[in-house]
Parts: sequence; C-alpha cells; structure tokens
Amino acid sequence: MQANTRSIYMLPYYIWIVLFVIAPVVLVGYYSFFDVDGNLTLQNYRTFFTPTYLQMTISSFWYAFLVTLFSLLVAYPAAYLLTRTKHRQLWILLIILPTWINLLLKTYAFIGIFGTYGPINALLGTLGFGEQQLLFNASSFVFVSVYIFIPFMILPIYNALEEMNPTLVSAARDLGASGWMTFRRVILPLTMAGVKSGCMAVFIPSLSLFMITRLIAGNKVITLGTAIEQHFLVTQDWGMGSTVAVVLIIAMAVIMILSGGFGKEVRHD
Amino acid sequence: MTNKNGWGNLYLVFVFALLYAPILYLMYYSFNSAGNMHEFEGFTWEWYAEVFQDTRLIIIVINTLVIALLSSTIATMIGIIGALAIDRIRRRRLKDTVLSLNNVLIVSPDVIIGASFLILFTMIGIKLGFASVLISHIAFSIPITVLMILPRLQEMSPSLIDAARDLGASRRDVLSKVILPFIKPGIFAGFFMAFTYSLDDFAVTFFVTGNGYSTLSVEIYSRARQGVALSINALSTLIFLFTVMLVVGYYMINRRATNKPRREEPIAVGGPR
Repeated sequence: MQANTRSIYMLPYYIWIVLFVIAPVVLVGYYSFFDVDGNLTLQNYRTFFTPTYLQMTISSFWYAFLVTLFSLLVAYPAAYLLTRTKHRQLWILLIILPTWINLLLKTYAFIGIFGTYGPINALLGTLGFGEQQLLFNASSFVFVSVYIFIPFMILPIYNALEEMNPTLVSAARDLGASGWMTFRRVILPLTMAGVKSGCMAVFIPSLSLFMITRLIAGNKVITLGTAIEQHFLVTQDWGMGSTVAVVLIIAMAVIMILSGGFGKEVRHD
Repeated sequence: MTNKNGWGNLYLVFVFALLYAPILYLMYYSFNSAGNMHEFEGFTWEWYAEVFQDTRLIIIVINTLVIALLSSTIATMIGIIGALAIDRIRRRRLKDTVLSLNNVLIVSPDVIIGASFLILFTMIGIKLGFASVLISHIAFSIPITVLMILPRLQEMSPSLIDAARDLGASRRDVLSKVILPFIKPGIFAGFFMAFTYSLDDFAVTFFVTGNGYSTLSVEIYSRARQGVALSINALSTLIFLFTVMLVVGYYMINRRATNKPRREEPIAVGGPR
C-alpha cells in the first residue's frame, strides 16, 4: 500500500520519460517513412543508400574519427601530467572553465583568428609562407572541433588516472618494466574506461555538430548533423531528415553497445 | 628527472594556452577602436556601449536568463522525483533500464534532440516560441539533475530513515527533514548543471524556436554568420565574466557541501550543446 500512494509522486518523472525520451525516438522513426507530400514510402531509405549520402556518412565518420583521435593525442598526456601537479583541483577547474563558455563564442573567435588578416596568417606571413586561406576548409573544422572537445577528453581520462592505484606503477617499475612498457601494460589498460568514455563524449557530438561546419568550414564539410539541420530547417523535408537521424541514432546505439553500455558510472547499492 | 618535469610543464602550459588563447583573443579585441579583429588601433568602450544600447540584445539576454532559471528550477524538481523513483526500484534489471532511459538525452546528439522535439511539438500543437524552448530545456536538463542527485541518495544510510520513522516522523517529514537536507549538495549541483546546460544550449533551441523568439546562442549564431562584429566580442567578455562568477559560486557551494574529507567528486561535464 505504501508503494501505491508513493508512486503518484513519481508520475512527472515517468511522464517525462514517455513524452521526451521514448516518444521522440518513435516519432523520428515514424517520420522517416514519409516523403515531403506525406505519403508512406521507403524512398527516403533508398535515397540514403545512394552514393551521395553514403559518401557524406563516411566522410562524417572519418572527420569524427580524426577529431576523436587528435583530441585523445592532446588530452592523454595533459591528463597524465595534471595528476602530477600540485594544485590539482585548481588546474582541473581551469580545464573545465572553457567548457562553460558558449560554444558559439569560441567558434566565433576562430573566425577572427583564422581570418585573412588574423594572427595565424600574420605569423605565416612573417615566416615567409604568405597569406593562406585558413577558414572554410576541412582542416580548420577539425582543428576547431578538437579545440572544443579537448576538455571533454581530458576529464574522464584524468578521473581514471586519479582512481588508479599508484603503487601498481611502482610495482611494474620495480619488476623491471621500462617506462613505455609500464604505460602500455599497466597505465593504459587501467585507464581504458576513461579513454572510452572520453572518446564517446567526443565522437558522437562530432558526428552532429552543424554550427561549426557552418561557421568555420563553409560548405566544405557536411556531417550527418549538417544534413539533418538542412533537411529540417532549410528544405523542410522532415522525412529525409528523420531518415538521416535514424541512421545517426543507430550508429550511436552501436557505439554504445560496443563500448559496453552507458549509465555505468552510477553505482548500484 | 627535472628535465622531464620541465618538458611536462611546458606541455601543460601549451595546453592551457591553447584553451584560453581564443577566449582572451576575443576579449582583447572587444576594446579595439578600429572595429576589426586583427589590428588593434586604440582602446575604446564603444562596443560595450553598443551592447547596452542594443535593446533587442538586452531583451534576448533577459529571455535567456528567464529560460535558464525557470527550466533549471523545474528540471531540478522533476530530477529530485526521478532520483527518488530510481532509488526506490529494487529490481536490478528494471533499475538499469530506467537509468538507461534517463541517460538517453545526455548521450543523444543535440540535432537529434532538436529535430525530434520539433516533430513532437508540431504534432501536439505547441506553438514554437517561449513555451517550446522552455519545455525542451526542462526536458534535456532533467537527466543531468537525476545523475547529480542519485549518488547522494544512494550514499544515504537507510537506517537514517528508519530512525526518523521510529521517532514518529510522517513520510512528508522524512522527505523534507531527512532526505532533502541530506541530498542538498546533489540538488545544488544538479541545478547548476541544468542552468549552464540551458545557457549554453544552441542546437536544440535553434530547432524549436520560432521566428519571433530568440536566445543568446541563437542570436550570436545569426550575427556571427554575418561576419565579425565587435559587439559580439564585448558581449562574450561580459558572458565570460558572468561564467567565471558562476563557476566560482558553484565551486564555493561544492566546497562547503563536501565537508567530509573524502575524495572530491569528479565534476560532471555535459557534452557541448
């Protein structure tokens, strides 16, 4: 009887789950079977499996991969070094701070920095490389994305490193392992969970960031996110947009399953 | 060894410089009287004056703050309910399922959230504008508040509740006098996260906002698409200062809340929105 009276309080939360978690996914799936005129059709999926869309999907995954890889390469050493600093809490706070600043402002800054008269071009000029078109190409997109994602990669890896028992490293060294071997056989495996969640926090959003592609890459880079935005807000072809969204959802689910489920960070009693 | 440390510190300096350079760059040129982002001519407050004279912009800032405050308050309340609901579930499988459903919106890309909410609102017939933006912000903030509150709830010893009940507390008293005070730090953390989620959100708002209504992110986007305007720089300096104040506030509250000498909780960070 206690359960019943108490359950009524819980209603808003479960309504939220039904309305804003389950229903939207169902609706996107449903809409993907309709064309612009509202006819039930499989045409959207046929269109998706044409070379244009497949190529876009592959390049979207490729860019997301590059962004994840470079973020990881920058972030892992940084996270490792951060665990050895003195005022760790402060440094970590300073890593987090930029993530609280609006993404668009950071992206906007790069319009100035990479601009024709910007500091990077001035530097290239003095080094004798001459003026380059830095904006509106794929590498500027990757650079800006990596910049934005670095903190999201550093934090989970840092947390994993912090949780690692430091005596294990000493033990490995005592048993004669070289620095590289200690890293490969002890540190890396023990922090793999952090690396995984960092990669997930970077890979999935970079498939879908459309504002960076619009502001920085011009129309040189089209990601799945750009395609969805284009279909929903520009061409008003919700059916095709939903189809791309379904593909993105499936890709996301596959990544989740491959990396061993989500929601694991919350302990069970 | 010292040499190695030297290289390490140099690398960290490089990473921090990389992280902050664009932000400082924006702030520096907000004082540039030349009106561009590459040639510093002289110091001026002109762009700040422009920001404060821009009524449209000020209304948008107020809109953004109203949405953030309202959505984070409501999301936190539903988040408390959600955390209590999940905590009560005894069957492991069911608990896992509800938790996974809870986390769907955290891991979903924003475009998907935005697009699917757009479909949802059109279907139910909610007009795009203030209401749709507010509802979406509440919806995507709920899971993070749950995640911030739940660990505190699980840390609480059940004997606390038993003791209160034995001493004659009603169920309402147990909730308001025992449970809520105990999970207060989690509630604050959840509220702050929801608040920043809402302030930072661009993609979802971009999808569900109609023609007449705009938040700061959406406005910055449409202005930035037209090229460089130093009033955006001035605005970003102001936002940066505001953010620093928020972070310091969050940090202080967190500090005061974790009076126990235990491991600092890893500060949760959401995906870029």
